[in-house]
Amino acid sequence: MESTVINIENAVVSYREDIALRGVSFRVMSEEFVGIIGPNGAGKTTLLTIVNGLGKLLSGRVSVLGHYLTPGNGYSLRKKVGYVAQVQNIDPRMPMNVREVVMIGRYGLLGLLSRPGRHDWKVVDEMLELVGMSHLAQRPIGHLSGGEQQRVAIARCLAQEPELFLLDEPTASLDWKAQTDILELVKQIHDSRQLTTLFVTHDLSCLPVACDRVVLMKEGLIWGEGSPDELLTDANLSQLYDMPISAVEKRRREAILV
Amino acid sequence: MDLSIFEYQFMQNAILSAFLGGIACATIGVFVVLMHMPFIGVCMSHAAFAGALLGLWLGFNPLIGAFAFSLLSAAIIGPLADRGELNPETSVGVIFSLMLGLAFLFMGLMPGTKSGALELLWGSILTNTRSDIIFLGIVTFVVVGLVFIFYKEIQASIFHRDMALSVGIPATLILYGILFLTGATITASLRSIGGLLIFSLILNPAAAAYQLTYSMKRMFLLSAGFGVFSGWIGLLLSYLFNIPSGATIVVTSSVIFMFAAIFSPKRKVKGWQAKPLVEEGS
Repeated sequence: MESTVINIENAVVSYREDIALRGVSFRVMSEEFVGIIGPNGAGKTTLLTIVNGLGKLLSGRVSVLGHYLTPGNGYSLRKKVGYVAQVQNIDPRMPMNVREVVMIGRYGLLGLLSRPGRHDWKVVDEMLELVGMSHLAQRPIGHLSGGEQQRVAIARCLAQEPELFLLDEPTASLDWKAQTDILELVKQIHDSRQLTTLFVTHDLSCLPVACDRVVLMKEGLIWGEGSPDELLTDANLSQLYDMPISAVEKRRREAILV
Repeated sequence: MDLSIFEYQFMQNAILSAFLGGIACATIGVFVVLMHMPFIGVCMSHAAFAGALLGLWLGFNPLIGAFAFSLLSAAIIGPLADRGELNPETSVGVIFSLMLGLAFLFMGLMPGTKSGALELLWGSILTNTRSDIIFLGIVTFVVVGLVFIFYKEIQASIFHRDMALSVGIPATLILYGILFLTGATITASLRSIGGLLIFSLILNPAAAAYQLTYSMKRMFLLSAGFGVFSGWIGLLLSYLFNIPSGATIVVTSSVIFMFAAIFSPKRKVKGWQAKPLVEEGS
């Protein structure tokens, strides 16, 4: 029953003169939880943008949920792909409340000209309940803390009823407690809703322990792939992040301590 | 006070123009305030003024020149802001000063009296003709209608454009649609309010509404209300004290903003913070 959800063949993407991905091939099976790690500028986010149809390929082939990525056909794909980015800067006076922001997740599904109905609001309220944000449903979105905003972003993403769940550094700039909570929430959602999840981070301590598979990226290439235990060795990490092994060991010890 | 003046046709035209222009400008203002692009609006309105003067100088319909120029400026600035390649403020600053320069250049080249040009600078709502009002009415109807029809797409794009894109909303198209409507609204209101002042009627009512509510729907309604109110009170003051109507309308809208900022519930929440309380859009 396991089927290929994402199939990327030799993808090349460039922004102006910089090559962001230099020939990446990568396959994800349904219901997999894949962690993508690597230093800043490795092309991790770019990889996600070609999966959700926002990126532009220079060459190569990308097939996601049976859609081939070509200019212009991204819209129907994006409706099936949930995307949670880093904590966003939201204007504290933005005239929208939490419930309305979560509803945006359903707008793509609803399509042009139709308005959210009772069912849509029900889904929104369920998702707010799921991420533990029901008590803040009527709050202006700009008044929430970073951790609360990420919960709302996850609820928005789930309201979309996605098949693919993409998370791009969702815990960056959150405090330690909020990071832990978000990671647990993501894992719980992945398991309970049978999603296929890609989780991008540059910070090893933010990689959910429960990843089925880890992909290491560096300088626009996939540098290694495998189970977390065999891949995340001190030797590999020291090469990935260009740090001496002793420094990696030290960071790891500290990570365990905190 | 003698208000029999309101029985005259020209005064009724002016009241109707203030009503329509107030709604259209204030609706556009909500986008300008929430999408943080006040400078783009200023630039487009000065471009419209320059375009209208070109029309006056070369003898074609000034409104066509105004519309073409404001869309041209939006077409230059839009993609720059969109791609984020350079700080849009810099490019907007260059275009803005160019447009003002062109406006005065065209004015200088124009033979004869400059009264027509000055009228476009200050606006003269009292000389609005029936065709001006029909044009303004159509633009207002289209602006309000599109906001109504595409409310959810607009709301999502205003909130966060990349996020709107990622859920499958054509947010880039919405942005350019909004710039297009901004150009149309500025053009249609140019004769009434004038090129130098029109932007205040776009920004002030929306900025005032922004101070008072956390609901976007209410912000649209309040903004339109303030826009119409500014127009009518401004008209009355203009008549009573015999001063240019564009100026009184703009001053009225600024006073409304000032009161909104003073009594803003949003300000009280933040009041304890040592933060400048001046609105960024002003």
